[in-house]
Amino acid sequence: MAGLIGRKLGMTQLYEDNGTVIPVTIIEAGPCVVVQRKSVEKDGYESVQLGLVPKKKVKVTKPMMGHFKKAGVQPTKVLKEFRVEKESPLKAGDKLTVEIFKDVKFVDVTGTSKGKGFQGVIKRHGFAGGRASHGSMFHRAPGSIGQAAFPSRVFPGKKLPGRMGGDTVTVRRMKVVKIVPEKNLLLVKGSVPGSRGGYIYIKASKVRGK
Amino acid sequence: MDQLIKEVEKEYLRRKLNFSPGDTVKVHVKVREKKFEKKKEVVKERIQIFEGIVIAIRGSGTRQTFTVRKISSGIAVERIFPLQSPNIEKIEVVRRGKVRRAKLYYLREKVGKDAKIKERFC
Repeated sequence: MAGLIGRKLGMTQLYEDNGTVIPVTIIEAGPCVVVQRKSVEKDGYESVQLGLVPKKKVKVTKPMMGHFKKAGVQPTKVLKEFRVEKESPLKAGDKLTVEIFKDVKFVDVTGTSKGKGFQGVIKRHGFAGGRASHGSMFHRAPGSIGQAAFPSRVFPGKKLPGRMGGDTVTVRRMKVVKIVPEKNLLLVKGSVPGSRGGYIYIKASKVRGK
Repeated sequence: MDQLIKEVEKEYLRRKLNFSPGDTVKVHVKVREKKFEKKKEVVKERIQIFEGIVIAIRGSGTRQTFTVRKISSGIAVERIFPLQSPNIEKIEVVRRGKVRRAKLYYLREKVGKDAKIKERFC
């Protein structure tokens, strides 16, 4: 089964009958169109390229226009590939809606996390930092970043301050609380990476332990 | 975007807000108790009434909550209820209060007669 492209709408909370609160993220998932079907014979692997059907008309470049024309679909703003099995009956021009998650219990959700800007090591890497008072002269600095004469350099990958956030983050096994096919809505339990309105990619989770 | 969230929440809205800060309300809360009867665990449900003054209402939609304050045997107790919680059987308004602000946190510092709220007749 392929996945879907969606947008994060925001969060709210719902109640179970026994009064338990479930935090949910509302995702507007799909509808998507298959723009290209890739195969082992031609591309070396099996996948579908999906486009999120836009609400407004999208401007695209001429080469991209040709790509959409080939599939016989309207141009879309976002494209994303999803791996499928060889036997998958999907072909270019097919439409996918949130109904594909009807019998799915858990999904994996991929998004781009919120940008945090240039951050120090405490926020960025979870360093403990030093004492705030009692004459402590070491507060939020990273501390020693290596040795002296040998190796005489800082090892690559050393955790240091820098840009944080804006990474591609996947949250696995998010529980599907509800789907609303009429409005293309998917409700998952918990939070999803990124800001409201951000694009996210949803895939059914692999069934483990079987 | 927010419109769609509201529509999702709509289905889960059980009651409308029919009181305001300063009102005295009786909140009928469902309480689940685990009891051992004949060596078997039985879950019993009963209704408990929490009566007090509404001192704050915050949030909207399914996330709306209200705070009720009462003096229980000399000790002030505040309880925050989610307005749409299925654990609330019903909310009765006992008395309408005349107040000039939305959050009545100042009541926490008042005792006795100072902590009284004038009744509003409508």
